[in-house]
Amino acid sequence: MTDQQTPSGGALPEPIVRKPRVNASFVWLIPVLAALVGLSLVINAWIKAGPTITISFQSAEGLDPGKTPVKYKNVVIGRVTSVTLSKDRSHVTAKVSLEKSAEGFATADTRFWVVRPRIGLGGVSGIDTLLSGAFIGADVGESKETRDEFTGLEEPPAVTHGAPGKTFKLHTDDLGSLDIGSPVYYRRIQVGRVVTYQLDKDGKGVSLQIFIDGPNDEFVTKSTRFWNASGVDVSIGADGVKLDTQSLATVLAGGVAFGSPMGPHDETPADQGAEYRLFGDQATAMAPPDGEPKYIRMRFDQSLRGLKVDAPVEFLGIPFGRVVSINLDFDEKTQTFPVVVGAVVYPQRLGRAHDKLVALARERGDDAQLSQMMGKLIEHGLRAQARSGNLLTGQLYIALDFVPKAPKVAYDPAQKPLEIPTVPGSFDRLQEQLAEIVDKIQKIPFDSIGKNVDATLAELNRTLKQVNGDVLPEFKNTLQGAQQTLGNANNALSADSPLQQNLGGTMQELQRTARSLRVLTDYLGSHPDALLRGRRADAPPPRAEPPAATQEGSKP
Amino acid sequence: MSADLPRADELGLIGCHVCGLVCRDTGAEHAHCPRCHSSLHRRKTASYSRTWALLIAAFIFYIPANVLPIMRTASVGDIDDNTILSGVIELWVKGSPDLAVIVFTASIMVPVLKFLALVTLLWSSHRASPWARRQRSKLYRLVELIGYWSMLDVFVVALLTALVQFGVLSLVEPLPGVVFFGLTVVLTMFASMSFDPRLIWDGRESDD
Ligand SMILES: [Zn+2]
Repeated sequence: MTDQQTPSGGALPEPIVRKPRVNASFVWLIPVLAALVGLSLVINAWIKAGPTITISFQSAEGLDPGKTPVKYKNVVIGRVTSVTLSKDRSHVTAKVSLEKSAEGFATADTRFWVVRPRIGLGGVSGIDTLLSGAFIGADVGESKETRDEFTGLEEPPAVTHGAPGKTFKLHTDDLGSLDIGSPVYYRRIQVGRVVTYQLDKDGKGVSLQIFIDGPNDEFVTKSTRFWNASGVDVSIGADGVKLDTQSLATVLAGGVAFGSPMGPHDETPADQGAEYRLFGDQATAMAPPDGEPKYIRMRFDQSLRGLKVDAPVEFLGIPFGRVVSINLDFDEKTQTFPVVVGAVVYPQRLGRAHDKLVALARERGDDAQLSQMMGKLIEHGLRAQARSGNLLTGQLYIALDFVPKAPKVAYDPAQKPLEIPTVPGSFDRLQEQLAEIVDKIQKIPFDSIGKNVDATLAELNRTLKQVNGDVLPEFKNTLQGAQQTLGNANNALSADSPLQQNLGGTMQELQRTARSLRVLTDYLGSHPDALLRGRRADAPPPRAEPPAATQEGSKP
Repeated sequence: MSADLPRADELGLIGCHVCGLVCRDTGAEHAHCPRCHSSLHRRKTASYSRTWALLIAAFIFYIPANVLPIMRTASVGDIDDNTILSGVIELWVKGSPDLAVIVFTASIMVPVLKFLALVTLLWSSHRASPWARRQRSKLYRLVELIGYWSMLDVFVVALLTALVQFGVLSLVEPLPGVVFFGLTVVLTMFASMSFDPRLIWDGRESDD
């Protein structure tokens, strides 16, 4: 259509002209504004940016570069910017850019850990991270020394900085089912938890660190006993089966409980870091202390079938220790195989007996060593003996007991370890005694005894015949004579015999005489004048009183 | 050849933008349409400087639009802050390459091409280059046409934000990046609007 266009300026209207309006070129304000906004963003980011730190973790699970936040008390203080594998591939390194306000977190004793949802037997933690994703938790210390490289914890710390409470150290033989975070109970209320544990340097035990939250930490006193509350404690006593457990959680996850022994005890709160022994169960924990364990050795010249490691050692029936080793030895001289039994004993378990023995040993000038004490006891017949503890299973235990008429033994108190002389076990002794009895029975001369008895019996027979023939008829006659005599005596003494009749009449006469004599004396007593004047006439009988007089008198 | 045809300017004619009235160009400044009294321009006012300014502003905003996250999607156990590029990568990785291509085209390729196209147009017109004038004007029409379609990301974010709100389970919320992206798109639109395609055909600088 442009082709058809023809210029015909005259017909076209002319534009009108007006005053110009403001025609400043404000359009450049727009890029300036944009630049300002961009600049402000940069400056803002620069101001907000704090130090960049690196944290190494075992695994990058849950760490998302650019997303995973670092939180302290649930406030975001930084963000993971990158996660890289270390050169030796042993760990991952997370680069974290902290915010300006979180500069104080880049100090030497700040701890970092990854908070993930953890479902343990002790409970569920970090449940919020199920929805929000994992984050890095931080716990700031008090150090002022700045640092930019950290090693992240694999587990959340059991104790955060500045939490009120105290840390204590427990020693135990093995960890059992305890773990970091296992609860610590006091009167079945959780008051703390296990913080760390490590093997002792000599490898002979485990040391646990526990943290008791304030203000409950003051219940840990100097005499407090700790015990492992893991599992179920079933005890069968005279009052039936008793089931004891701290809580369901301890059955599964383990736990530690503590308490103070009954009776008077030291109630001063323990100091931070005090060390305790962790006992296996409450009963052992509350029992009087065992004291220093001692090692003793015993040599038995007999089979010890049924004796096992951990079998009890008793001293006069009191638990004294336990067997720790059973070894076979060979004696070249006698060509026998004695059994060497090693045991650990706790002399303090003897209580006052131990104290007194120690005192006695001191008095004698000996040192209080167990060997010296034992020396005296062994002199008096103390011997070790393997006894049957259970007739059904044939299990043996070691009894230290005074054996009467024990053969003397040489005893060397300086010997290490201390060796206690032994006597054969009760069962073996029974066997021995039976054998002796059988021996003695065998020695009895049953043959000659039989012959003698036979001869004696023949003699007896003869004697009896003689008795029957001669002695018995004589005896019969004698008895008949005796019977006759007794019959005469009977007749003389019977009630209707003349002798009896005469005796009765005489007695009656005598009685009458006595009565009249009494009447005479009575009369003479009241009338002595009768001896001179003769007997008076009898006085008239007294008149009976009218009964009314007495009735009147009794009237009120 | 078509360039040989006369331009309205050469014929002393001036058209009204509003009512379309063609009147004589008297050469006077600040001329107004005799019919509807709107101001008359031979060419769009300060086309080069306006377009440049808007284009530069758009480019400045394009940087934070790409650096800052534009959208946060939170679902159970996961909070994702996505920039445009990370969103594209995520879509690609998570098995929607078609969507990834669409988003990439709309949000990265198109704005970048728009920048390049406008710069090319401005540059070549400013130098009064006779090179491929018709193609350049087609390019301009394309830029005009695309216009707001490169707002795709903004629409997606707005739509998702409105639709996906299930509390803690699932949540989509816009982040500052999307504002910058929207500003970029709007500014490029304004830039292309303020560019006068007639400049392509001007043999000389006729910036008015
Ligand atoms: Zn008009």
